[in-house]
Amino acid sequence: MRPVSYARATSVAEAIAALRAHPDAAFLAGGTTEIDLLRLDVVRPNALVDINALPLSRIEDLADGGLRIGALARMSDVAEAPAVVERFPMLMQALLLGASAQLRNMATIGGNLLQRVRCSYFRDVASPCNKREPGTGCSALDGINRGHAVLGTSDHCIATHPSDLAVALIALDAVVRTEGPRGARAFPIDEFFLLPRDTPHLEHPTEHGELVVAVDVPAAPIARRSLYAKVRDRESYEFALASVAAAMDVQGGVIRAARVALGGVATKPWRARRAEQILVGAPAQRDTYARAAREELASARPRQLNAFKVELAQRAIVRALETLAETGGPQ
Amino acid sequence: MTATIGAPVERVEGRAKVTGAARYTAEIAADRLAYAVLVGARVASGRVSSIDTRAAEHAPGVLAVLTHLNLARVAAVPNLFPSLFGRAAPGETFFPMQTDVVHYAGQPVAMVIASSLERAQHAATLLRIEYESAPPITTVEQGRTRAYEPSRIFGGLIPGRTVRGDVEAALARAELRIDATFRMAANHHNPIEPSATTAFWEDGRLMLHDATQGITATQMTVAAFLGLSPADVRVRTQFVGGGFGCKAMIWPHVTLAALAARHVGRPVRLALTREQMFTSCGHREEQEQRVVLGATRDGRLTAIRHHKLSPTSEFDDWAEPSLGSSELAYSCPNYEGVYRLFRSNTMTPTFTRGPGESTGMFALECAMDELASALGIDPLELRLRNHADADPSGKPWSSKSLKECYQLGADRFGWAQRNPAPRSQGDGRWLIGSGVATATYPVPALPHLQAQRARARLYADGSAIVECATQEFGTGAATAMAQVAADTLGIPFERVRFVYGDTDLPNSAAAVGSAGAGMLSSAVYAATSALRDQLVQLAIADAESPLHGAEPAAVDVKDGRLTRRDQPDRSEAYGDLLQRHSMRDAEAVGTWIPTGWDTGYAMTTFGVQFAEVAVDAELGLVRVRRLLGVFAPGRVLNPRTARSQLMGGMLWGLGQALLEGTLMDVRTGRCGLVLF
Ligand SMILES: Cc1cc2nc3c(=O)[nH]c(=O)nc-3n(C[C@H](O)[C@H](O)[C@H](O)COP(=O)(O)OP(=O)(O)OC[C@H]3O[C@@H](n4cnc5c(N)ncnc54)[C@H](O)[C@@H]3O)c2cc1C
Ligand code: SF4
Repeated sequence: MRPVSYARATSVAEAIAALRAHPDAAFLAGGTTEIDLLRLDVVRPNALVDINALPLSRIEDLADGGLRIGALARMSDVAEAPAVVERFPMLMQALLLGASAQLRNMATIGGNLLQRVRCSYFRDVASPCNKREPGTGCSALDGINRGHAVLGTSDHCIATHPSDLAVALIALDAVVRTEGPRGARAFPIDEFFLLPRDTPHLEHPTEHGELVVAVDVPAAPIARRSLYAKVRDRESYEFALASVAAAMDVQGGVIRAARVALGGVATKPWRARRAEQILVGAPAQRDTYARAAREELASARPRQLNAFKVELAQRAIVRALETLAETGGPQ
Repeated sequence: MTATIGAPVERVEGRAKVTGAARYTAEIAADRLAYAVLVGARVASGRVSSIDTRAAEHAPGVLAVLTHLNLARVAAVPNLFPSLFGRAAPGETFFPMQTDVVHYAGQPVAMVIASSLERAQHAATLLRIEYESAPPITTVEQGRTRAYEPSRIFGGLIPGRTVRGDVEAALARAELRIDATFRMAANHHNPIEPSATTAFWEDGRLMLHDATQGITATQMTVAAFLGLSPADVRVRTQFVGGGFGCKAMIWPHVTLAALAARHVGRPVRLALTREQMFTSCGHREEQEQRVVLGATRDGRLTAIRHHKLSPTSEFDDWAEPSLGSSELAYSCPNYEGVYRLFRSNTMTPTFTRGPGESTGMFALECAMDELASALGIDPLELRLRNHADADPSGKPWSSKSLKECYQLGADRFGWAQRNPAPRSQGDGRWLIGSGVATATYPVPALPHLQAQRARARLYADGSAIVECATQEFGTGAATAMAQVAADTLGIPFERVRFVYGDTDLPNSAAAVGSAGAGMLSSAVYAATSALRDQLVQLAIADAESPLHGAEPAAVDVKDGRLTRRDQPDRSEAYGDLLQRHSMRDAEAVGTWIPTGWDTGYAMTTFGVQFAEVAVDAELGLVRVRRLLGVFAPGRVLNPRTARSQLMGGMLWGLGQALLEGTLMDVRTGRCGLVLF
């Protein structure tokens, strides 16, 4: 038997120290990812440090009109917070379209950003997987890869980043705040997620024992009219085949500013910067959206079963932008 | 007192289930209980070349590590025969861990038994198993060229080829032909309760608790495998958390649990994991069906050719009987149904909810829609024009209300109001379409069905116990049987206790093929009728009874009393009668002998389904807005539980049509990879 110890941390410093003391220890937040993977033998911590008692679940206003969301705030609480509903509808929608009500009541914001991929081979310890066991190979390259990524892939890993929340946060230029052995740090969220390259087992720039304490969402008036569109096989309780977080400022028929990020199709939450470049300054019409979508997906590298995602992602982008244009854009 | 048959009585076990008081097989307590963990083959074809068990054997708490090298040999491998018939009913005629051969991924190659589940699981990870493997054959694409036509399928019950008239000639002459091919994914049942068995030996008798749709099938099968007499095997089960067919046949893990218990001399529990549910108890096979229809310009079917190609195991000829429905769903003089199989590295497929009918009717009904469209006839009208007034042999139906179902359904659905032109109806970005399909399901009036038995006992206080070796896996059978008993004995429903779940009780067959309620209620009716008749006889022969001298047929039983129909004041309570005769209770066994083929009637259940489906063509989204089913299932014992059954069937059909399918890695032949 593989014994696992459990301890409940009462302060941030204590939590960090507890992890430093055990090289194989892990933080436990809502447990909706960690416990599953532990049972499947995919992660093998020898100590769990429960962080649920830490005072990190507040949602506070920042001076600039943005928000600071504590790492232990539950998905359901954040989705209901009036500031989120009013100022960042895409964030609310991304949360509500993820997982199930029961899971959202349990799952935390920090845990959501740090959840692991849903690749079947990653979760099946009998299969070779570079992310789980570096150097063993990637079973998904020529296996069941319908759900896998077409953007940001490498020959070593093509697993899709599963979080919906992170897609909205990347469109909003959020900042991930941590505390750890090197004190407090802040990562622009785009840098918080690493591409797989030839080191798919490295997913974040943080080090062992570094605790996510909050996510800052800077003020973004454009986001007041924003949306998160998620295309999936089932309309509930299912990960995205393709998703789009979008906001657009249209004046006089011309796009003044745009935010577009993609989920379900990339190895990390994907800011569609190429699409944004094409959109800004162009007429707000379908062929602009289609061109932006096409160019964004130009670098896609599909495999046997997920080639449809290249087209689907483009259509989802077009649909999201059309919907925003129809509903009037931000005020 | 009003009759309870036909009343929407609530499930007797409902409270226990929703409060968690219900105990399932994997929760049965036993002294010194040990836990077995199965280890499945990582390859789908080949042999086990070596197993290093040393580390596992020395792990803490381990009682035994069993492999093909040290597991006892089974006494015999019984023939594969559906459990409906009350004989041994192994899911496949292959028993694992007898040699080193590997036929399919997940096939048990080792079993670890330890003093706790965690210890057994951990020790299982310490086994070092090496294989010699060959590339597996698992899919229709890989097997197409090796297909053969089996002489019989489905445990020998159904011919591989059924022909009526001359399809070839009729198709050549047909004014219109439709030729459509359908590919269907494999399905796994995955009820909420994974299969489990708890086994122990008591005074030389094997005691099993098994999550099964047929305790008597478990008894007969394990007895055959182990060379025991059925009297030396007792099987019990109280609650079963769903089956959908995966607990209809008896799979190797049940006998393995018994062997493990014998080996370690302690009670052993073997519970399958969710992943093992994909490789331990059958599945609906992947399949390709081709339907060719011939018709006249005015929409009369002249020919139906329905062929199916599917993988079976390396040892059994099994295909779900998908072609039976198209033989009788419509009136058509020429019919040809042919099964083709190929050997593959899968386990033997098995019954899976709507076994055969759900896939066969899907193909036939899609082809009928193609035909309707080609002819420019309303799909419902096409079905009416081809209504079968008798079965193909000319026998009248015992009952058939399909036309009424069409009518009622069309009215409720608003079929006439729809615009049949494709892409003509919309709602914003959604395109809206509607469809209709006929449903059929056979009543298994087959030869070889065994006598079904029940025992009924009435106590002097007017309460009754009715007993039968059946099981309740969520269908509502226990409730419905108490209803039948209450009405037949003329006592309130609340006064009947239906006792089941133990093979020491009077025999009944497994609950499969939608035959459970029909067979079981016949036995319960026979037992309670016999008991009632016995009490009536006692009363009319008794000079002190107010019913003395009455004609038996003139005595009603109602409200716990015997009453002369023509003279209602001549009446007495059961209790008074029994007490006068110094009888604590009265008891009778009833036997129902299935009627078999020769009733003079054809028996089939009919119905119709209507659906309204919205499609977002750009994003490929499908949303089912409305689903309406209208069924003529014969006499309904309990509309509440019957409705759940029908709703369940419709929901499964919805999933099957839209999304359901087992993912298999074709390189390894493995399925059930962890997704959540
Ligand atoms: C059936 C199912 C469906 C789902 N569907 C969706 C979906 O559609 N969309 C979606 O976005 N998500 C989905 N999820 C994932 C779900 O959102 C995550 O499991 C959840 O957000 C994780 O949060 P948690 O608090 O439970 O994290 P935990 O499971 O406790 O932790 C997850 C990981 O993060 C680490 N961790 C947690 N908190 C911190 C912290 N503050 N600092 C550093 N490390 C930390 C843990 O050590 C662990 O490695 C689904 C999950 C399930 C089980
Ligand atoms: S895609 Fe990534 S996670 Fe999946 S098997 Fe390949 S390396 Fe592992």
